[in-house]
Amino acid sequence: MKTMSAHIVVAGGGVAGMEAAGTLAGMGYRVTMIEKDDAPGGHLLQWHALFPDRRPADEVISHFRKHTEHPNLRIITGTTVEKVRNHGSGVLVSLSGGAEEQADAVIVATGFELFDAHRKEEYGYGIYDNVITSADLEAMFNRGLVAKADGSVPSRIGLVHCVGSRDEKVNNNHCSKVCCVTAVKQAIEIRKMLPSCEVFCFYMDMRMYGPYYEELYRESQEYHNVNFIRGKVSEASVNINNRLVIKVEDTLAGRPLKMELDIIVLMVGMEMAGAGMRLAEASGMKRGINRFLESTDHHYGNNLSGLRGVFYAGTCTAPMNITDTISHARAAVTETVKYLNSR
Amino acid sequence: MRVTQSNKFGFTINRSRLIDYDSSDRKVREYVTLREPSFRLCFACGGCTATCTAGQHTSFNLRRMNTFIRRGEIEPLREEVKRCMLCGKCLLVCPRGVNTRNVVAAAAEAIVKLERNEL
Amino acid sequence: MNFELFTLPFNLGLYFILIYSVVRITIWFRDLSRSDKLRLQRGFFGRPFMDSLREIFMESLLHRKIFRKNPVLGYMHMSLAFGWFLLIVFGTFEADFFGEKHLNPPSHAIFFRWFNPEHGAEGFARIYSIWMDLLLAFILSGLLLAIIKRFTPRLMGMKKTTKHTWTDRIALISLWLIFPSRLLAESFTCGAHGSGSFLTGNLGNALASFLPVADIAPWFWWLYSLSLGVFFFLLPISRYFHIPVELFLIFMRNSGITTGDRHSSYTEVQTHACSSCGICISTCQMSYAAGIHDIQSAYFIKGLRNDRDIAAITANCLMCGRCEEVCPVGIELGPMRLIERRQGERSDRTLKLKEKYSLMRRRSTIEKRPTQSYSYLVREEPEKADVLFFAGCMTHLTPAVIAAMKKIMDSAGVIYRFMDENGGVCCGRPLMLAGRDREARELINHNSDIIWKSGAQILVTSCPICYKVFRESYYLEARVMHHSEFINLLIEEGSLRLGYLHKKVAYHDPCELGRGSGIYEEPRAVISYVAELQSSAQEANMSLCCGGSLGNLTLSSGKRAMIAADAVRTLTLCSPDELITACPLCKKTFVQVTKTKISDIAELVAAAIPAPKREIAKRRTAKRYSGAISNS
Repeated sequence: MKTMSAHIVVAGGGVAGMEAAGTLAGMGYRVTMIEKDDAPGGHLLQWHALFPDRRPADEVISHFRKHTEHPNLRIITGTTVEKVRNHGSGVLVSLSGGAEEQADAVIVATGFELFDAHRKEEYGYGIYDNVITSADLEAMFNRGLVAKADGSVPSRIGLVHCVGSRDEKVNNNHCSKVCCVTAVKQAIEIRKMLPSCEVFCFYMDMRMYGPYYEELYRESQEYHNVNFIRGKVSEASVNINNRLVIKVEDTLAGRPLKMELDIIVLMVGMEMAGAGMRLAEASGMKRGINRFLESTDHHYGNNLSGLRGVFYAGTCTAPMNITDTISHARAAVTETVKYLNSR
Repeated sequence: MRVTQSNKFGFTINRSRLIDYDSSDRKVREYVTLREPSFRLCFACGGCTATCTAGQHTSFNLRRMNTFIRRGEIEPLREEVKRCMLCGKCLLVCPRGVNTRNVVAAAAEAIVKLERNEL
Repeated sequence: MNFELFTLPFNLGLYFILIYSVVRITIWFRDLSRSDKLRLQRGFFGRPFMDSLREIFMESLLHRKIFRKNPVLGYMHMSLAFGWFLLIVFGTFEADFFGEKHLNPPSHAIFFRWFNPEHGAEGFARIYSIWMDLLLAFILSGLLLAIIKRFTPRLMGMKKTTKHTWTDRIALISLWLIFPSRLLAESFTCGAHGSGSFLTGNLGNALASFLPVADIAPWFWWLYSLSLGVFFFLLPISRYFHIPVELFLIFMRNSGITTGDRHSSYTEVQTHACSSCGICISTCQMSYAAGIHDIQSAYFIKGLRNDRDIAAITANCLMCGRCEEVCPVGIELGPMRLIERRQGERSDRTLKLKEKYSLMRRRSTIEKRPTQSYSYLVREEPEKADVLFFAGCMTHLTPAVIAAMKKIMDSAGVIYRFMDENGGVCCGRPLMLAGRDREARELINHNSDIIWKSGAQILVTSCPICYKVFRESYYLEARVMHHSEFINLLIEEGSLRLGYLHKKVAYHDPCELGRGSGIYEEPRAVISYVAELQSSAQEANMSLCCGGSLGNLTLSSGKRAMIAADAVRTLTLCSPDELITACPLCKKTFVQVTKTKISDIAELVAAAIPAPKREIAKRRTAKRYSGAISNS
């Protein structure tokens, strides 16, 4: 078949990119996957375990390694896609370093970046040693040791939701969707690892939208004694005993609340990746007010870029969990194949 | 068959326990919204109250004040609104970009006007 | 002496405006406070009077300040003001010298050509006529620019010009008519008599070739006199009243009178001295960066003059003080706005014509009813301290600044108490900016009590907003220092040892620290000590407002962001590694709109403190540690 020899470039080697590339390769297409880091895997590589069932991230990573091991699939690492443009009947893909690839179709899967917690100075990230991000905490889980910067065991940890999400002050009005459930998952993991450590989640709304998320929330209360305080943390400081102190309003009690903590974990949200933004800028792809790529239709065209032969997959279009990212990538594959067959 | 009038039947609910939305006074809400449209944006996160300079010393609570104004519950605000120092910390914290200082100023004005029957 | 009926409008107008101005100024003088009256009396017989004459010549006639800001606009103002002045002076000489008798009434100088149609045929009179024509041409060139400015302000380098009331418009038309009608009147007369110089003579000859000039001439003399008369009659109720009032203002200011904190006849004089030149509009960031074009000082003053309800205009201002810096008349716009903010409400009404001329019109000076009350504050018993550090409310949201200050003071061996470590009480400045001075006084008293009881010699603050109010409105024994001054002191006395950072930085003067308190040098000295300080486009007294100002109660966050983005763009034109400021509010505002690193001056200095050896070893381990994370 003529179409089967078509060449597809996948920009990005995270969950969406690996799913799309592996699937297309399995269908017989020639696929080139461009990954900016040294190895594919994306943010998954930093994660210890995944919600809602706390399955080890390694399991999912090895699934994708297998999925992307295919003679039709070529992986280029340490490279970014700089620009795509229609050329002849296909798409010309410019790579960093000046190389070019001629493709019949392109799937953009440039993903997301975690919010840089330094931008919320009032939370003290980079100023106080024991203020960390949710990603830092996953790294601690990976090392099997949750400890304060001086190595001592924490007796109280606070998880601050919505850091860099739903916040006009950092130009992110959107909800990152996954942080609430990540916080609950991490709270449970801390409690399991350090049974004597109290854990508090400071939330504005608990957005447990996925299957088994609400159940996980319930489990965290029922079996793990995780505490939930409804209020946005306004600031963190250190007191004379060099312990972190946060200020929050307990909005359900209607009074301001002050609490000493050993570690503050900032649940950093998702933002459009910088590489994706540059690609969009250079290629004339539309972006929404949340800076993510805007597809041609929110309902029935959310893989379509508006450029001929260019399709979107995964979190470059909006914050998503892994399950939804995989589904979105598969939908991008369907759109791509449909497009190639109709040429 | 005669229909029993509802107010002569069943339990009598203590009115002061209720936010009686239907008979609530919306003038203050309307005035504040007109003077400071961003008043509507509050999603009650409590960041303002957490950071509040005055709130450290007294029972001033901007988040609660906003809710009360929205519900037409003006009575609890009469004294509370006077306690704000207008320092503006809440302005820097608010994730919704509510112009908090002007909300307080407008609410204080509305209450003065209410007392003078000017609303 | 022959009397001509057409001179009547001019004569009536002239005597009206002279008498009106004298009475008005006398009433203003009467209403001054005792001490201000004394200042004026002393000034009249001293230096201030001479200084005022010099200033009147440089500013009211030559318009030097406008010239510097915008040469074309300056020329326009100069040609009209100075040109007209010269025309009057030399016209008077001409009438006295060449007229039938000396010491003529003003109308004989103004309408000299009508009374001496044959004049200027030969000798010195001929040369003098050339000079008079030159002056007229000079004024007409300015008038041409004024007309261009009115219809296409952009050609004059103005973004916006002021909008006019109907009296202003009629006064403007009459003003515009004065000089062309003089030109035509003189030309017709010259054409009829074969006299006149290069302008009036040639134009007269040309007109005489096809028109019955002798019959037409009187009509233009009527027009000339009428436009002068109408202009004079409308003067007190139009913006052109600024011409006589400005002279008085200059004298008052040179005598040492200041605005103070209530409406007085000095604020009245300032209100009437505004020429609505519009320079404040072009300078205002709210105008060019946020697209708000109706709140600038010129409109504020105009609303005040016409007794309109200007509460919204009064409130919607950053109080950055840039307009005051450029105001060619030197009106104290910031204090004027604050006074208006303290006022109760003003009902919106259109003044009747009679009221506009009223000599007795005065604004109420009742203060706003207090709405706030801080009786809940508990008196405190602070510990004794030589150096007291007051971070300020906002600084608690920039913990990096607090951490840096702690590090600096520890490194320099300063023993200090952190006054508001667990949160303090607001300094009172935000309330004052909102026009609530009486309430602010409660907070000021509370904080003063603590500072006095602590026995501190030095009060250091990280917030320019607090700094300004500590200095101006607190009665303290302690020396008030902004942390940039304090760091400078520590460097100068040698107690703070610093390395050099190989960085290029730009410095942003916070409004309350720079224009507000005159602190420009110390921050620059400190920065230059540790890094390479680049100069930026808008500096020192013309520095930009970050947009976050607490001076504005009503500005939306979106508009603030527009102002901030524009300011950062200007400040980072030289692409510095970091943009340094000295105010937590500026920092928080800028961080929202730029990727350039924004640091407080304290952070920059703290980064230049050499690390002790133990620290360096620790940092290396930390680096290894973070490497382990990314590898896993």
